Amino acid sequence: MAGLARIDLTPAEIDRLAGELDVIVESVARVSEIATPDVPATSHPLPLTNVFRADVPVAPVDRDAVLAAAPASQDGKFLVPQILGEDA
Amino acid sequence: MSDLTRISAATLAEKLSAGEVSSVEATQAHLDRITAVDGAVHAFLHVSADEALATAADVDQRRAAGEDLHALAGVPIAVKDVVVTKGLPTTAGSKILEGWVPPYDATLVERIKAAGLPILGKTNMDEFAMGSSTEHSAYGNTHNPWDLTRIPGGSGGGSAAAVAAYEAPLAIGTDTGGSIRQPGAVTGTVGVKPTYGSVSRYGLIAMASSLDQAGPVTRTVLDSALLHELIGGHDPLDSTSIAEPLPGLVAAARQGATGDLTGVRVGVIRELQGEGYQAGVLARFQESLAILEAAGATIVEVSCPHFEYALGAYYLIMPSEASSNLAKFDGMRFGLRVVPEDNPTAERVMSATRGQGFGDEVKRRIILGTYALSAGYYDAYYGSAQKVRTLIQRDFDAAFAQADVLVSPTAPTTAFKLGEKLDDPLAMYLNDVATIPANLAGVPGLSLPNGLSDDGLPVGFQVLAPAKADDRLYRVGAALEALLEKNWGGPLLSQAPELEVAR
Repeated sequence: MAGLARIDLTPAEIDRLAGELDVIVESVARVSEIATPDVPATSHPLPLTNVFRADVPVAPVDRDAVLAAAPASQDGKFLVPQILGEDA
Repeated sequence: MSDLTRISAATLAEKLSAGEVSSVEATQAHLDRITAVDGAVHAFLHVSADEALATAADVDQRRAAGEDLHALAGVPIAVKDVVVTKGLPTTAGSKILEGWVPPYDATLVERIKAAGLPILGKTNMDEFAMGSSTEHSAYGNTHNPWDLTRIPGGSGGGSAAAVAAYEAPLAIGTDTGGSIRQPGAVTGTVGVKPTYGSVSRYGLIAMASSLDQAGPVTRTVLDSALLHELIGGHDPLDSTSIAEPLPGLVAAARQGATGDLTGVRVGVIRELQGEGYQAGVLARFQESLAILEAAGATIVEVSCPHFEYALGAYYLIMPSEASSNLAKFDGMRFGLRVVPEDNPTAERVMSATRGQGFGDEVKRRIILGTYALSAGYYDAYYGSAQKVRTLIQRDFDAAFAQADVLVSPTAPTTAFKLGEKLDDPLAMYLNDVATIPANLAGVPGLSLPNGLSDDGLPVGFQVLAPAKADDRLYRVGAALEALLEKNWGGPLLSQAPELEVAR
């Protein structure tokens, strides 16, 4: 699960979290007792549809300010590690 | 000048507009108070003294020039560190964002700046707003001003403690499962979670997008109404923002303060009392009901049978949404980047960065959410939780057919000791049992102090209203506040022990 969530954990963390998560999952699983097929699901408190704002151009956030807060940048772009050739 | 920190925001605003005091004086008084007590309280992660004083001086100048200013212009405010502020560091209490300075303002911050409120600084919180005690902050916990060995509540413990310790008259909080109301309850202050969509979420670092809502943290109900009217209302940058005007919140608070609740039906939620609630909390609750009845309200009992499943549904929906929202912390565009030694591909950089940058509770919730959303478990966990959400909304609909507002204790207990529940996530989660249903249904809730428990610590009283009827919170809240303060002979906070002042 931690691999799927892209979080490196130490062996000690895995031991502790696995125990805690078992207890939590057992407790929250009770929701299935009352979630019968006739009950519709709710994803959002106040359903809204087709929300658009006026099609007016506005100035974007300043690029240099965005890049200044990045871990690394070059030539006006984010500088990121190698993204291809992964095993995972 | 120290008394400028003890008065309400409404009173300070009157003094400012009457020219009795300047905003520079008021802002400096609060900065001095922060210097004097925040070493012990640790409500602030960052204090922006220069920026605050510059705003104050500008407001004073504009006022002197006869400009028409907002009613709260010049009244200082503190902002929870989960809200982005252009030019001021924003960490959300996490090491993964240490040193990040946002290039833009949240909509609510834009409104605060446009109205001329000096921003004193950013307040401490549980990392990414995940917790009920601020003990999950990566920068050390905040202390409860009533007893420095106790928790200030969470996640917005910094904002609540700042207001309770007279470091700020106003603060901004965010509430996903109770993070405004529970800290309010345990620090003897007022906090409001508005209707979902009442205040823009643009510029909030999201935990659970269908539950998060920003709102006011203050010492009085009227101050909350004033701040809610300032930050609320439609924002085209938040597609879940309600495209209608707010109801009259300040007017409702002023009406309530007369103490007359004739014709108001108050519903007591049967499932949010009894087992698990401290005796002193229940005793104050019953006394408050008697006060409301004496003020002309009709008390009815209502049942919300599915509320017992709310905590379970919440701890599936919230982590699921959080696991998705926090995927953006990948070490590429902002914040921390940890590069592992061999073969540092983007995916390995992301895992190393998150392993080092996130704290325990954030890791727990992301992994729980990843599990709840994974193939084969989705229907049983996330799908079931969404159905419970429907059932809880139906409980609210039925209850609001019988009552104009619903009431309960805000939190089952008073402030517990720092460290007491840190190693027991489930015990920590139970603090939010009475506040979570409102987030699941999107309805508004207010907490106000209604007395001290047997242990001498403050107790909170929660008022809930139907969606978009936030004005009812302020009417009932202001009435109870006025009648309680008449009995006490002043605000509850005046009974708090004085903090030692550092020099």
